[in-house]
Amino acid sequence: MTDLPRLTGAEVRLQGVGKRYGQVQAVKPLDLVIEGGTLVTLLGPSGCGKTTLLRMIAGLEQATEGRLFIGGRDVTLLPAGERNVSMVFQSYALFPHMSVLDNVAYGLISSGMRKRDAHARAEVALETVGLKGFGARLPSEMSGGQQQRVAVARALVLEPQVLLFDEPLSNLDARLRRSMREEIRALQQRLGVTVVYVTHDQAEALAVSDKIVVMRNAEIAQAGTPAELYTQPQSVFVATFMGEANHVRGRVLGTAGGRADVMLGEMRMALPDRGIAPGEADIVIRPEAVRLRREGGTGLSATVSRATYMGSHTEYHLTSAVGELFAVSPDRLQRARPGETVSVDLDPEGVIVVRP
Amino acid sequence: MFLGSSLFFWLLAALGAAILPWHMQQDGVTVAGLVALGQEDPEASSALWQAMAFGRFWFWPVVAAIALALPGALPAGSAARRAVFLLWGGGLGLLAIVLQGMAIGVQGWSWPWLAALFGELDDRQFGIGLGGSLAFLGCLVMVTDGLAMRGLFKGDRFVSGAVGLLVASIALFTAWPVLTMLGQMFTPRGDLGIGASLVERVADSKIWGLACVGSNVNCGVFWNTLLLATCTATAATCLGLCFALIVTRTQFPARRAMRLLTVLPIITPPFVIGLGLILIFGRSGVVNQIVAATTGVELGRWIYGFNGVLLAQVFSFTPTAFLVLIGVVEGISPAMEEASQTLRASRMRTFRAVTLPLMVPGLANAWLVVFVESLADFGNPIVLGGSYGVLSTEIFFAVVGAQQDFGRAAVLAGIMLVVGLCAFLLQRAVVGRRSYVSVTGKGDVGLPTPLPPPVRVVAFAVAIPWAILTIVVYTMALAGAFVRVWGRDWTPTLSHFQRAFAIEWAADGRMLFSGGAWHSLFTTIQLAAIAAPITASIGLLAAWVLTRQRFAGRTALEFSLMLTFAVPGTVIGVAYILTYNIPPLEITGTAMILIACFVFRNLPVGVRSGVAAMSQLDKSLDEAAITLRASTFRALRTVVLPLLKPAIVTALVYSFVRAMTTVSAVIFLVSAEYEMATVFIINRVINGDYGLAIAYCAVLIVLMMAAIGLINLAVGSRRLGRRAAPAALPAGGRA
Repeated sequence: MTDLPRLTGAEVRLQGVGKRYGQVQAVKPLDLVIEGGTLVTLLGPSGCGKTTLLRMIAGLEQATEGRLFIGGRDVTLLPAGERNVSMVFQSYALFPHMSVLDNVAYGLISSGMRKRDAHARAEVALETVGLKGFGARLPSEMSGGQQQRVAVARALVLEPQVLLFDEPLSNLDARLRRSMREEIRALQQRLGVTVVYVTHDQAEALAVSDKIVVMRNAEIAQAGTPAELYTQPQSVFVATFMGEANHVRGRVLGTAGGRADVMLGEMRMALPDRGIAPGEADIVIRPEAVRLRREGGTGLSATVSRATYMGSHTEYHLTSAVGELFAVSPDRLQRARPGETVSVDLDPEGVIVVRP
Repeated sequence: MFLGSSLFFWLLAALGAAILPWHMQQDGVTVAGLVALGQEDPEASSALWQAMAFGRFWFWPVVAAIALALPGALPAGSAARRAVFLLWGGGLGLLAIVLQGMAIGVQGWSWPWLAALFGELDDRQFGIGLGGSLAFLGCLVMVTDGLAMRGLFKGDRFVSGAVGLLVASIALFTAWPVLTMLGQMFTPRGDLGIGASLVERVADSKIWGLACVGSNVNCGVFWNTLLLATCTATAATCLGLCFALIVTRTQFPARRAMRLLTVLPIITPPFVIGLGLILIFGRSGVVNQIVAATTGVELGRWIYGFNGVLLAQVFSFTPTAFLVLIGVVEGISPAMEEASQTLRASRMRTFRAVTLPLMVPGLANAWLVVFVESLADFGNPIVLGGSYGVLSTEIFFAVVGAQQDFGRAAVLAGIMLVVGLCAFLLQRAVVGRRSYVSVTGKGDVGLPTPLPPPVRVVAFAVAIPWAILTIVVYTMALAGAFVRVWGRDWTPTLSHFQRAFAIEWAADGRMLFSGGAWHSLFTTIQLAAIAAPITASIGLLAAWVLTRQRFAGRTALEFSLMLTFAVPGTVIGVAYILTYNIPPLEITGTAMILIACFVFRNLPVGVRSGVAAMSQLDKSLDEAAITLRASTFRALRTVVLPLLKPAIVTALVYSFVRAMTTVSAVIFLVSAEYEMATVFIINRVINGDYGLAIAYCAVLIVLMMAAIGLINLAVGSRRLGRRAAPAALPAGGRA
């Protein structure tokens, strides 16, 4: 199979970059380094500023403050066409009046390449995304997934240093989303391009990213690898956004030897010390860390308010002294019933103390 | 890309100021006359040569400003430094050109204080010509380039230039004339002072008089106009609603034919309906003759006056209301009506409690659209008004009548402008509240509820007779072209066509267009054909700027563009002759003034259809093109324009056809050389030569239908695979 040449993904560096529309601060000044050749996800709820940040990297919006470097070059004032970045749009933005091949060749011809050469290169790009032989079709004659690939080919054919994705999978159905995200990840690894990827779907972010930047209220809430964000969230927001989590209040009694002594209701636990000072603290408990025992437990006492059979596991809603708890339990046969009193143990792996 | 560089525009400005003849040349510009350096005649010289050889010192600032801009135009140095030179040089250049143009007219200094300052000027100057225009354009683009270099408009020179061009043209061809005209209100009359004559003009009982209440005298023209517009709008909206309900909510077999009705006002010259009514109800009309023959009663002249104008306007504008209301009725989501019915409401209750309230903003919009059209209408009142004066005809008679009272015309025009603006603002407020018409983007499911029987009966009872009557009026109107003298001599004849459009062969075999109407027809087609593409391109450019770019003052620009729509044609006509009769822009009597009038009268239609089309075009399409290394211009040309073809067709058709059928503004602007078809027709009507007038109208209708077909063919349809994209004609006014 012919493939596009391997690319040298450039580093993207943001220094105090921010965006303001009149009185509204769409992105607060922030610093961020995206290493060359990695796939970094901007993750957050809608309106958090992630798309604005992406559009500033693309050059479709101008930063109102700060400086932006791509591959060491200051591109803050450069228009989109001169930044050596490409973008895949949420709606794909395929030109409906042009054939697929013309769509893919558009950028090459804009850059001054002769039509014949551009078409040859576009063919290679289409082959790279697995659409060999589809060049003569119109975008409207292709399925959603195929259109998505055309959009990727159109962006890749320019051999950009940075490839930007704006919620690329949100128009596809769930099954196709899964396979497309894997394809994008594989393509990125194969070609070595730097990718900045915007999404609001945490599962998608976990699946594809080298690094995730979680955004909230126009600023970065936390950045790190998927595992870091899941196991060591720095705030309740990040913890709850990265997967399910119970949020309860507890007390840090003291720290010693890398361990924090934490009081949770009646229960006392030793957790990894994360530099939280003694006193009231927010505690996040992953549902899979809540273990139910129907008889003879020594943990927290709780009452089952709802039990839902989910096939591979059972979900429980519990009422306890520390508050409502949501638990996911692998037991399928001997389920606790609503109204039943159970004893709850917590797996320290899934209990995280965060800053209040 | 030299053609797009700042240097190119600097050279343009320099060429305009140094080489080309600055002023307009009476006999046109010859090739030899293009080099206007070293000319004997000061009037044929360039600005630089006039300053050097003939001591016209007022050109030195122009020359100096352009020289100042040079360092900014050269492609070297930092952007910030270049921006400073371009802004100052270009800006001062514009200022100098405007000031010298305004300061010196055909009789020397324009203002007494200048004479006091510089002494009497033993010189005068004519209107700005080729050189001056180029210099102005060059300076303008240098300013917008400078602004873009300062980082405005995202640093995009193309956008910046487009905005600059739009602002300048609105200022030159709408704002300036209207302000000039309003200024005429303050000219003193007789030995009265400024204030006294203004008060006398404004407080005229011919305008505000209420004598008609209780007695048989005419009221003031203001009340006449208001009454007429209110009645017309109400009647046309009711009729339009009946038509819209039948077409969208019943299975009536002639639905498609009824839709054709909406095309009528677009292609009908403004007098056809008036003439048709005269031929039916006039003194020698069919009805009058039959009634007189059977009962001996003379119906007389009842058609002339309020009744006739109202009838004619309702005929003319019902299709407009119909067109607006089709969209309104179709926009109501069937889901809401279905919801109402599942909630156990009867059909009648659903119609009263759900459908009708949902349509209220749309109805109000249609009412206001018709109100404004009636207000601005000139063709019907001039043909049928008789002694019943309305604002538009009064303005006409104030200007062309024996009195030549521009002050009075200005006051009347001012009143009309205020009423028009109020209606316009009201309309924006109504539509601005988003009318409830549901545009969710999600496909609506469900079937529209059939009309409740009583509503159905009323709709048919009103609409069918009216539709038949409309057909009768048109048929009668056109039949009038084929009989010798309507009402007296019913012999079928083609003599009217022959008088208008005779073609003879001269002795040497050449074709001679000897008919009386050829000259005006050729002129009309030619000017409309020149104006249409200009209107379409400026309109679409404006639409693109307004929908796709964010910049300070965008709303103001949009508002002022739409405002030109609210200025009635008669007002524009008066304003244009007042403004362009004298230097610096002395274009009265030329083709240019007519073209400018067409372009700026019809611009809002182009803008509207462009905005409508553009807002359906995903914004990320242009953004995709930009990220794919295309320049703004290339993105516009290769992506936006091809996808806008339906809007282009609409804008072209509309501006062409409206240019051919407009009368209210051009009646002031025509000259012997540039006579327009509509003005030719109205003169025949005034002379009582109905036959020829009608024959001419018939030819125009056929021509315009052909033009619509041709333009549709030429532009072609978009190729988007399976999806079809029909071109929709928006509702628009005529006057």
